[in-house]
Amino acid sequence: MEYESVIGLEIHVELDTESKMFCACSTRFGERPNTQTCPVCLGMPGSLPVANKKAIEYVIRSGLAVGCEISLYSQFHRKNYFYPDMPKDYQISQYDRPLCLAGSIDLDMETYETRLGITRIHLEEDTGKLIHIGGAGRIVGAEYSLVDFNRAGVPLMEIVSEPDMRTPEEAKAYARKLRAILISIGVSDCNMDKGSMRVDANISIRPKGATELGVKAELKNLNSFRSLQRALAYEIERQKKAIAEGEPIMQETRHWDETKGTTSTLRTKEYAHDYRYFPDPDLVPMEFDPTWIEGIRATLRELPDERKQRFITHYGLPAHDASLLTETKAMGDFFEETVTLYKGDPKAVSNWMLGDISYYLNTENLEIDETAVTPKHLAELLKLMDKGTISGKIAKEIFPEMFDTGKLPQIIVEEKGMTQISDESEIEKIIDMVLEENASAVREYHEGKERAFGFLVGQAMRLTKGRGNPQLINRLLREKLQG
Amino acid sequence: MAISEKEVKHVAWLARLGLTDAEVEKFTRQLDVILEHAGKISSLDLAQIPPTSHAIPLKNVLREDRVGTCLTPEDALSNAPKTEDQAFAVPRIV
Ligand SMILES: [Zn+2]
Repeated sequence: MEYESVIGLEIHVELDTESKMFCACSTRFGERPNTQTCPVCLGMPGSLPVANKKAIEYVIRSGLAVGCEISLYSQFHRKNYFYPDMPKDYQISQYDRPLCLAGSIDLDMETYETRLGITRIHLEEDTGKLIHIGGAGRIVGAEYSLVDFNRAGVPLMEIVSEPDMRTPEEAKAYARKLRAILISIGVSDCNMDKGSMRVDANISIRPKGATELGVKAELKNLNSFRSLQRALAYEIERQKKAIAEGEPIMQETRHWDETKGTTSTLRTKEYAHDYRYFPDPDLVPMEFDPTWIEGIRATLRELPDERKQRFITHYGLPAHDASLLTETKAMGDFFEETVTLYKGDPKAVSNWMLGDISYYLNTENLEIDETAVTPKHLAELLKLMDKGTISGKIAKEIFPEMFDTGKLPQIIVEEKGMTQISDESEIEKIIDMVLEENASAVREYHEGKERAFGFLVGQAMRLTKGRGNPQLINRLLREKLQG
Repeated sequence: MAISEKEVKHVAWLARLGLTDAEVEKFTRQLDVILEHAGKISSLDLAQIPPTSHAIPLKNVLREDRVGTCLTPEDALSNAPKTEDQAFAVPRIV
């Protein structure tokens, strides 16, 4: 039987506020344990939470950026559960009155375009961090655990998608696009390594064409876009196999093991009503003035899709280039700064960024703003090529050193004596040598074998150690052979 | 009966309360009276009345995003039965 997969994502994003959601503790990352706590985020009796206005504004801004309806009336609820990561034994979250409803994200999947729905966006507080002692650091088998409440109470936005995705690739593209949007509107750095963006995936399969949903598994511990895609692909195959063998699919949470490349049962999914949500009596409802919301809309920065359009019309880039360059804010910014400094053809900048630079970033698993290379480096490199100081080949050679050392291309060129030889008399001398040493190739050329010409060019380049100006070599060689 | 003993046991489990059989029986009776009393409200036509989640007519009590003073880790941990490495040490979770 042919199956299709049904995928929905729940994405948690820590908002980039200075202070926590319901108290004035700092949200700084990486501080010593339990240095950022107070009676509110420690759940001391009698302490009272007060909601952070900026966090609410950020959620609304996010909602507007993905076309959500903004609720004019919203409320916080208590989600009750026992787990040592929350000192109150409940998490302040939202239930039936989330801040944003019904949005969507448009995806360009190369061969087709699709629109994926967003069910809701709500605001809650992050939990504390647990460190398990014994049992190799895993909760199962640990002897006891240590709790750091620095993160408890950090504003956390949850974006719940519709189960609209049909392939792991769509899920990955959706998560990437959402990340690009959230970074560009400045609500979060969405750093997956630091956990400021966390992706959980719900996945079920059903016979193709069926309308009823299958039993879903929730996948956790997806720490990168790559693991999201891999875990989904694995889970689809696992569920297909289970059905083929007549085993029931359980509604459960499964843990992705990146090293093994498999998922395994984590714990049986608690049903939503077990959380006994009820309105938090300590937090009064929110009612928004539509003009305030319009004010937030007015502060929205350019969204990735709009930027892509501008890259096409303003810089004359192909849609494919524009898509890739606007995927992250850092890439787009790098491109624009380079074009400004370079003042040359934007497509040349794009070619370098999507070629050598992207290759290097992928290999090293870095973002462009995490490297030593700046727009100034690339602009200078392009200028040196335009002036004929270096050839494209040399540019590619000095590129890795630029990345490793952060030295400007001009410096590297001088240090290594890599300047292009564009002096006619010097090239002429070299060509004379080549012709003398390769009489048979010269003969072949005169017999009409064009390949021999390429060989002779290669020999000239070899003698100049790649520094000869290729256009000049071509022209002079042709003249000499014909003359 | 508005509530069964089974439901009371379930709610007690959710709240991590250990109840004796006698307590289950007693609380089921008491909760039943409370629920029945509250159930009277359902007999009224409340279609136009929003749920009263808050007793006071306040809304939008918000704070500006400013960092204030935190507790020292020593104070934060002072009530903890057990600490280690400046963290709360809690018994085995699963
Ligand atoms: Zn606090």
